[in-house]
Amino acid sequence: MSVRTDVARWPFWAMLKKEFIQMRRDRLTLAMMLGIPALQLALFGYAIQTEVRHLPTIVLDESRSGESRRFIHALLNTGNFDLHGFVQGRDEIETVLGRGEARAAVVIPPEFERDIKRGRTATAQVIVDAADPLASNAAIAGAGLAGATRSQALGAARGVRPAIEVRVRPWYNPAIRSAVYIVPGIVGVLLTITMIVIASIALVRERERGTLEQLIVTPIGRTSLLLGKIVPFLLVGYVQITVILLLGRILFGVPVRGSIPQLYLAALPFIVASLAVGLFISTLVGTQAQAMQLGFFFLLPNILLSGFMFPREAMPEVAQWIGAALPLTYFLKILRGILLRGVGLEALWKEAAVLAGFATVLIAMSVVRFRKSVE
Amino acid sequence: MSGEPVNGNGAGIVTRGLRKTFGHLVAVEGLDLTVPRGQIFGLLGPNGSGKTTTIRLLTGLIPPTSGSAEVVGIDVVHEPEKVRRRIGYMSQRFGLYPDLTVRENLEFYAGVYGLGSAERKTRIAEQLDAYVLGGRVRQLAGTLSGGWKQRLSLACATTHRPDLVFLDEPTAGVDPASRRLFWQLIHREAKAGMTVLVTTHYMDEAEQCGQLAFLSRGHLIGVGTPKEITERFGLPTVEDVFIELQRRDEGAMA
Repeated sequence: MSVRTDVARWPFWAMLKKEFIQMRRDRLTLAMMLGIPALQLALFGYAIQTEVRHLPTIVLDESRSGESRRFIHALLNTGNFDLHGFVQGRDEIETVLGRGEARAAVVIPPEFERDIKRGRTATAQVIVDAADPLASNAAIAGAGLAGATRSQALGAARGVRPAIEVRVRPWYNPAIRSAVYIVPGIVGVLLTITMIVIASIALVRERERGTLEQLIVTPIGRTSLLLGKIVPFLLVGYVQITVILLLGRILFGVPVRGSIPQLYLAALPFIVASLAVGLFISTLVGTQAQAMQLGFFFLLPNILLSGFMFPREAMPEVAQWIGAALPLTYFLKILRGILLRGVGLEALWKEAAVLAGFATVLIAMSVVRFRKSVE
Repeated sequence: MSGEPVNGNGAGIVTRGLRKTFGHLVAVEGLDLTVPRGQIFGLLGPNGSGKTTTIRLLTGLIPPTSGSAEVVGIDVVHEPEKVRRRIGYMSQRFGLYPDLTVRENLEFYAGVYGLGSAERKTRIAEQLDAYVLGGRVRQLAGTLSGGWKQRLSLACATTHRPDLVFLDEPTAGVDPASRRLFWQLIHREAKAGMTVLVTTHYMDEAEQCGQLAFLSRGHLIGVGTPKEITERFGLPTVEDVFIELQRRDEGAMA
């Protein structure tokens, strides 16, 4: 028998074809696999945006002048602040912020307009409830933006020196567009969770239906069986990445600064590794419900420790170690590198290599653990 | 068709001291069984007597606690994959994919058993014809009625021309006409040289078997042709023997 007919007779193909047919017929699951990422993206993206913009803000205007009103107007125009009300003294600021009724306060000193008119730099102060770092970032950025806008308008009429200085400086991204940072992370988080859950359910479902027993009694090899199961989901994974990136662009203007082919290439080991985790879970559990639970249990460290929400550098050492054991940690670096910084795999090859290692080891572990028996 | 056995000489199944325990429960105890090739061999016994466990041991689905088992001349404990190439299996539950059509199920199993594409095509056409499935090739297997499901299961289990098939209560819950058709098909496969090991609770089916083996609480308590069995117990029918055994079984448990 030639190698070609050998390959054509590989049970893997039968398995692959079957999985594709079943996937096509299971409209609900298919819709969920594609609809959930879209929904999650919108939720994550918008929730975080509203959170950061529209901070309830109180104003202490000791200048009560045209210039101070124009400055407040500029602040509100950034969209990061919503006017909660005016206060009459500094102690009142403390009370209102302390109660959490407002999350930012603007203080404009009495000499504000006078300084501007005399060609000096006027200063304003923005106080932020720093309990929420995202909110304070937004306030800082918005305040800086407003100061700069007003200074520019006034500066056109007078000299070189800025007319207004706000005692906070914008960091890095003046528009504080959180979605830009969050969306690449969402690509990774959603990919890993859907891949893990669908892979773990796929095998357990056959066990529950009794079809696995029938399959075990055939001569199909473990590798054919498991690979045939997960390869169709690769396609689903790529569709998900594409959907999230497209929506991210349309809804939140998330840029793609680097190479898309490189990103898709680096996604391959990540998707395979996530699917392999799912397969491994399916060798541990008996029912779909258990598979789901275990899958979601895996989700938590991925969200908290991978650097998706909080910078890993700030974490205790143990948390950093756990994070280092998650494929998502490396994929996030690749995603942010390619999408936001526009670098290529020549700078990210180490992360890609780690992912390839994860994929290989995890697949091997699942194949070894999977037994062709029903005990 | 000549009387020459298709698979050479020797037995289809030989077990020696086969034993399986689940914790404290002894499911099969010291089973010595010999099933000649080309025979329809019936495995009888009340629920829980160890029939399904025996079939699972013989197909390599579960490993035995001790003892040996050879199926089609191959040690199933040590080389289950070699055995699997040459056997077919129909589990008690409907084991096919309900969301695949009749043809897709046949194609899947033909592919899993490694049939080449040309062979696959001719064999599936033959099976559709032989198992009277022709009218419903495009119907989803899950929407078939009981009799059709069972015929499709048997067709899927025999597309690769196995030497031996295991049928675990294949006709449970199927109407009489479908049962009769199903048994005609079993006889045809046996005539073509296939060994058939079948479990059933229908005594009219048991009487069609070449040999019967009675299991009671994991023990083999009688083997022989239906005639030999009834004579040994001094009862008029196989059904009487069965009921007598079940009565003893329940007496022993009480």
